[in-house]
Amino acid sequence: MELDQIINPANKVYSRPALLNDNTMHYCPGCSHGVVHKIIAECIEELGLQENAIGVAPVGCAVFAYNYIDIDWAEAAHGRAPALATAIRRLNPEKLVFTYQGDGDLAAIGTAETIHAANRGENITIVFINNAIYGMTGGQMAPTTLEGQKTATTPYGRRPDLNGYPLAISPLLAQLDGTCFVTRQAVHTAAAVRKAKAAIKKAFKNSIDGKGTSVVEIVATCSSGWKMTPDNANKWMEKFMFEKYPLGDIKDSAK
Amino acid sequence: MAKIHGAVVIDTERCKGCNLCVVACPANVLLLKDKEVNDRGYHFAYMAHQQACIGCSACATVCPDACIEVYRVVEK
Repeated sequence: MELDQIINPANKVYSRPALLNDNTMHYCPGCSHGVVHKIIAECIEELGLQENAIGVAPVGCAVFAYNYIDIDWAEAAHGRAPALATAIRRLNPEKLVFTYQGDGDLAAIGTAETIHAANRGENITIVFINNAIYGMTGGQMAPTTLEGQKTATTPYGRRPDLNGYPLAISPLLAQLDGTCFVTRQAVHTAAAVRKAKAAIKKAFKNSIDGKGTSVVEIVATCSSGWKMTPDNANKWMEKFMFEKYPLGDIKDSAK
Repeated sequence: MAKIHGAVVIDTERCKGCNLCVVACPANVLLLKDKEVNDRGYHFAYMAHQQACIGCSACATVCPDACIEVYRVVEK
């Protein structure tokens, strides 16, 4: 069959989601943020919430998330996205409100806001991108950095006696009564992306239905911060990150 | 047996040459351009073996910059 017979609008099976606008993302080549932005845009489109979704952007690499997904956004101070999302959702109970945060934002400076928002059971979704490093500022150690992992500030590897242990946020939030759905996903393969998308969609539905806080952790790569090519970063993540941060649903009480 | 024909269209100006689609493709259809680059200097992806494409969308699903469109025809 000729190529021009195949490339025909009637045969299209996958295209760029309409909610992603034409701006070129500023992320490095192969960054997981791009994939997660794409699946969030697809989920909002499929749920028909284009006019009723409000995102809260973090500080970190994803600070410009509002430039890429064509919905309403608010930009929070560093780490304060769950607090801002609490206010937005309480004032607009009919809206879908979600935060999009990295590990520097959520697990370091914003730990208190995150835990208390989850403990109050605010009807928001927290999308947590965990790449075990501070990507934007140049690859320093984050609370989620693995033991022995080399970063700009731990050039000989993270030492628990000096730097403490890696912080697993999702199991911590799963203990709280306010959370209804806590899951950990990844976006390194097509199958993983589809599972992550299903998880985000479920979390969004929980938020709309007012079932409590939903947390979707995405174990992600930072090829620039880890100083690897994007495909090697995925392999490194499978080998080392999944040991400390195993994938799967941690809590699902919103049946 | 039905034969599946697939093809992808890559927005080469948006492509950052991260190689993730090349790794994700189960039929080894895609490659990065060896010497050619786009306006921003990236070695963009292209269909090197179009006949092998089955239109499974794996490349487009993992593409961080959403620059791949997938077409699929099932010939009965």
